[in-house]
Amino acid sequence: MYWEADKECMARDDLEQLQLERLQSTLYRVGTHVPFYKKKFDELKFNYDDIRSLDDVRRLPFTVKQDLRDNYPYGLFAVPLRDVVRVHSSSGTSGQATVVGYTRNDIRTWSNLVARIITAAGVTKNDVIQIAFGYGLFTGGFGLHYGAELIGTSVIPISAGNTKRQIQIMQDFKTTALVCTPSYALVLADAMMEMGINPNGLSLRYGLFGGEPWSEAMRQEIHQKLGIIATDNYGLSEIMGPGVSGECQQCNGLHINEDHFLLEILDPVTLEPVPEGEIGELVITTLTKEAFPMVRYRTRDLTRFIPGPCPCGRTTRRMQRVMGRTDDMLIIKGVNVFPIQIEKVLFEVEGTEPHYQIIVERENHADKITVLVEVMESIFFDEMKKQRMVIDRVKSRLSSELGVNVDVKLVEEKTIERSEGKAKRVIDKRKL
Amino acid sequence: MLKIRNLDAGYGKLRVLKNISLHVDGGEIVTIIGANGAGKTTLLHTIIGLIRPTRGEIRFQDIACAGEAVGRIVAAGCVLVPEGRQVFAPMSVEENLLLGGYPLQKLQGRAAVQSELEHQYELFPILRQRRKQLAGTLSGGEQQMLAMGRALMSRPKLVMMDEPSTGLAPLIVRDIFQIIQRLRREGNTVLLIEQNAKAALGVADRGYVLEVGKVILQGPAADLLANADVQRAYLGREKIE
Repeated sequence: MYWEADKECMARDDLEQLQLERLQSTLYRVGTHVPFYKKKFDELKFNYDDIRSLDDVRRLPFTVKQDLRDNYPYGLFAVPLRDVVRVHSSSGTSGQATVVGYTRNDIRTWSNLVARIITAAGVTKNDVIQIAFGYGLFTGGFGLHYGAELIGTSVIPISAGNTKRQIQIMQDFKTTALVCTPSYALVLADAMMEMGINPNGLSLRYGLFGGEPWSEAMRQEIHQKLGIIATDNYGLSEIMGPGVSGECQQCNGLHINEDHFLLEILDPVTLEPVPEGEIGELVITTLTKEAFPMVRYRTRDLTRFIPGPCPCGRTTRRMQRVMGRTDDMLIIKGVNVFPIQIEKVLFEVEGTEPHYQIIVERENHADKITVLVEVMESIFFDEMKKQRMVIDRVKSRLSSELGVNVDVKLVEEKTIERSEGKAKRVIDKRKL
Repeated sequence: MLKIRNLDAGYGKLRVLKNISLHVDGGEIVTIIGANGAGKTTLLHTIIGLIRPTRGEIRFQDIACAGEAVGRIVAAGCVLVPEGRQVFAPMSVEENLLLGGYPLQKLQGRAAVQSELEHQYELFPILRQRRKQLAGTLSGGEQQMLAMGRALMSRPKLVMMDEPSTGLAPLIVRDIFQIIQRLRREGNTVLLIEQNAKAALGVADRGYVLEVGKVILQGPAADLLANADVQRAYLGREKIE
C-alpha cells in the first residue's frame, strides 16, 4: 500500500532529475533569502552554476546545531514571518533553544510525507491511532497527527504521559495503532502487566515508533509483549519533524522521502562520504522546505544506507534505524563505543532486562565505564553465585563487543529511571 | 518525456539561461512562468533547436537532442506554437494546417494527414468555417487557434506553447486555456510558457518560476499558487491580513 505511488516508486533517473532540480532552486533561494547562507556562500565564492549533479552538494558548507542557536529565533528563516503559519521549537535542555518555521505549503508537504510513512506502516483510514507523542512545541505529536488525519485515520491526540490513562483509552477507544517512543511502548507494556491487562485482548495492531534510537531486539520485545507490528520512523525538528523516513511492513530499514530530502552519510571525523553501506553521520539537505530550508545539516545521528531494493516495491533508498548519536559516541580509552552496542548484548543475555544506564567516570586519569543492568527479580534475589554468573557473562560479552573492559552492576527491576520521552542512557561524569 | 539538466544558452556573449534543469512527464501540463526577459522564450527556442546550447543536456524521449537541427527535433515529436502566432498570412487556413501536417505525411502518408485535418476541425470548429480564408484576415484568437492546430497536425508527443494568451481579449484567453486542458485530456503533453501566471498555474500540473535565467522555484501548480513569493511577484496579490 502506497500513499503516493508515483513518488514512492519513481524510476531512479526520474528521482535524481527531480532532486537536482529541487536542489538547484533551493540553493538559489537560500543564497538570496537567508543572510547566514549568503555570507557562507560568498566566503566560499560559491557559484550556483557549480551545482551540476547531486554529488556537487559536497561543495557546500555544513550547517550545525550551533548555527541554529546563533541565529535564534528567526535568523535562518527564508521567508518573512508573515508567510510563516507555524513555529516549533526544541526543548533547549541541552543549550539555547532552536526555532523552526513552516509556511502553509510546508505544513501541507509535512502532512503528506507523514501520510506516506503511516501508510507504509500498514495504517489505513479504518484505523484508530493513539498519538502519545508530545504535542506543543515538539514536532512529534503534530507531525503524526497531520499525516494520520490526511489519510482519514481516527486520531486520538492524547499526547505524552499519564500511562494509566493511555491504557484506559487504548482499551475503551479500541485503539489499533500506537505512536510513541519505543521505550515508552515498553513502559506501557509493563504497566499493562501490573494492571492485569492482557495486551492480546486489546485491538492494537500497529506501533509506529520514533524519537530515540532502539534495537532490533527491542523491536522483538515490543512485538512479543504487545503483539503488534512495530515499525520505526525518523525525523528531526530542524529538518521538518517526523516524515523524513519510515519503515514499511517489511521492517527492514526506513524508506527515505528522497524527493524532499537529500541525504548523505559521512564519516563524523573526516566528513568524507563513507563507503556504501557503512555507518556514519547522517547529513540532510532539504529540497522543498520554504520557511526553513537547511543545507547539509549535520544531524549527529549515526546510521547507514541499506543497499538493494525492498520487496515492498518502493524505489526509495533505505537507511538503517538510527544507531546512536555522534555525541553519545563515547570515546573510552580511545575506542569508539556506542550505547546501542550495549543494548544489543543485554538482549542476548538471558535474565537481563533491556533497561540499562552507562556511567562513565575518570579514575586516576583513566576512563572507567560501568553499566547498570536491570535483572529479573528471580535472579536479583537468587544466590550470589548465579548473580556472579550473569555479571561475568554480560561482562565478557560486552568486553568482546566493545573492545574495552567494562564493569557491570546488577540492579533490581524498575530501579533505573523510566522516561516518558527519550530515555537517558549515558551519564558521563567526566565532564562534570 | 523531456529532461533538461544544467542547460546554458544565450546569444553571443550574453548568457540568458543559467544552469537550468527541468523535466516534463508524459500527459502533464507543465508551465514556466516569469517576467519579461527571464529567458522563457530562449528556453523553448533552445529545446526546439533554434538556439544551440552552450552547455548542458536535453533529452527528449531518452534521446540526447541538445544541438540537433530543428527538423530532427520536430520529427522526433516535439513542436512549438510560437509567440505571436506566426501564421502564414497570405496562405489559407487549410494550407497553413496542411503545412503543419508535413512531418506526418512523410511518416504516415496523405490519408493520415486528411484524418488529422478532420480532427483539428473538430477541435477548432471556427477553423472549418474559415478554411478557405487567408490566415492574415483572421482575428487574433482565431490565429492563435490556427497556430495551435498547425502544430498539432504533426501528432506531436510534446506541444510547447509560447505565450498563447498574449494580446487576446479575456474571453478568448479563457477559450484558449480550455482548449489546452482539452488537449491534455486527449493525452497530449504540454509545456506552456505564460506571463499570465494565474491562468497558467490554474491549468498546469506543475510549474517552474524563471527569474533572470534561473529556476528559483518549482513544484506542483497548487503549491506555487499558494507560495507567497509567487503571489507577490506574479499574481499581483498581497493579502493584507
